[in-house]
Amino acid sequence: MTEMTATEEKRHGTAGDYVQLMKPRIMMLVVFTAVAGLVAASGVTGISMHPLMAAIAVLAVALGSGAAGAINMWYDSDIDLVMKRTSTRPIPSGAVPRDEAIAMGLIMSGVSVMLMWLASNWLAALLLAFSIFYYGVIYTMWLKRSTPQNIVIGGGAGAFPPVIGWAAVTGNTPLDAWILFAIIFFWTPPHFWALSLLAHGEYQKAGVPMLPVTHGAKATRFQMLAYTVILLAVSLTPVMTGLGGWVYAVVAAVLGIGFLSFAVRVWRSKAGDSDAAPADMKLARSMFLFSILYLFLIFAAVIAEHGAGLYFPLTGGVR
Amino acid sequence: MTDQNEPKKDEFPQPAQLSPEARAAQKRRNLWLGLALLAFVVLVALTTFIRLSTGTGIAGRM
Repeated sequence: MTEMTATEEKRHGTAGDYVQLMKPRIMMLVVFTAVAGLVAASGVTGISMHPLMAAIAVLAVALGSGAAGAINMWYDSDIDLVMKRTSTRPIPSGAVPRDEAIAMGLIMSGVSVMLMWLASNWLAALLLAFSIFYYGVIYTMWLKRSTPQNIVIGGGAGAFPPVIGWAAVTGNTPLDAWILFAIIFFWTPPHFWALSLLAHGEYQKAGVPMLPVTHGAKATRFQMLAYTVILLAVSLTPVMTGLGGWVYAVVAAVLGIGFLSFAVRVWRSKAGDSDAAPADMKLARSMFLFSILYLFLIFAAVIAEHGAGLYFPLTGGVR
Repeated sequence: MTDQNEPKKDEFPQPAQLSPEARAAQKRRNLWLGLALLAFVVLVALTTFIRLSTGTGIAGRM
């Protein structure tokens, strides 16, 4: 790839540009789900972590997420320049040189893994290192440009934070941690495809084989519905293992029905088609925004139950 | 006897002349890098101190 800038005029990178390089909005969700894993592990097992060590472990997850974001932006700067939505990012806009971005990504990767190891244990550090590799290399460099299932498999990278949080507290990763992983994993396709229905023209222009580009909007809408059904089932499994109590059950059921309602309406709409009405596209956008709220509230329920004493068990659980 | 191809003193590469904006941006970057390095040192010191004071050394984590 060659050095490319959107504008000929030289821009001097500000602190804000370097923060943008770390994809702060994704980082917030990553940190939130990692905290949920950490709090749930502590609540379920009774093992407590030194508060300062827990804070440093969370900081390590944030740095790891930022590192993966910087590596992603370094590698994808050529296609970011082509797409309108991403053309103002720090590298294509000329604010941050590519070599600085990759240096930042690699140094932050090392620092984050080292801090995680110092603050918790080798398993959490190893999982953090693997999740950075998963996003930066497996997803960004391999899957994203080679298969329409890119964000399905790549979604695994974003699903690791609660497992890392759990491992930081207990030093192991039981079934409950992997259930939290599965919730994010099956949430990713309907979340991301809702966005790609709106921007598939951009992906086509950049040569990225997103599902709406390769298989059409209709097939994408069907797969969004299928993954939402799976997500609804997976999101209720914490109730069976005892990880989720009454509060979680109600939140997961109500939000799950809401998410499913969006998925059905989008499936029946023409969102993403060339003759789609503005209302159809608005519906896809609403589903995308609702999906963010969904994940936030699901994990907020986990934190509320295990961190704020709101856990009222439904069953004895199978744990 | 002098070499005709030898560059004159004023032909040697000069240090890059940065514009005031570029110089200010460079200073800001250096400041943030310095602060980040300091934060890293403090965090490593803190984790080490807590581990030593709670009796969980490096061997205990392996």
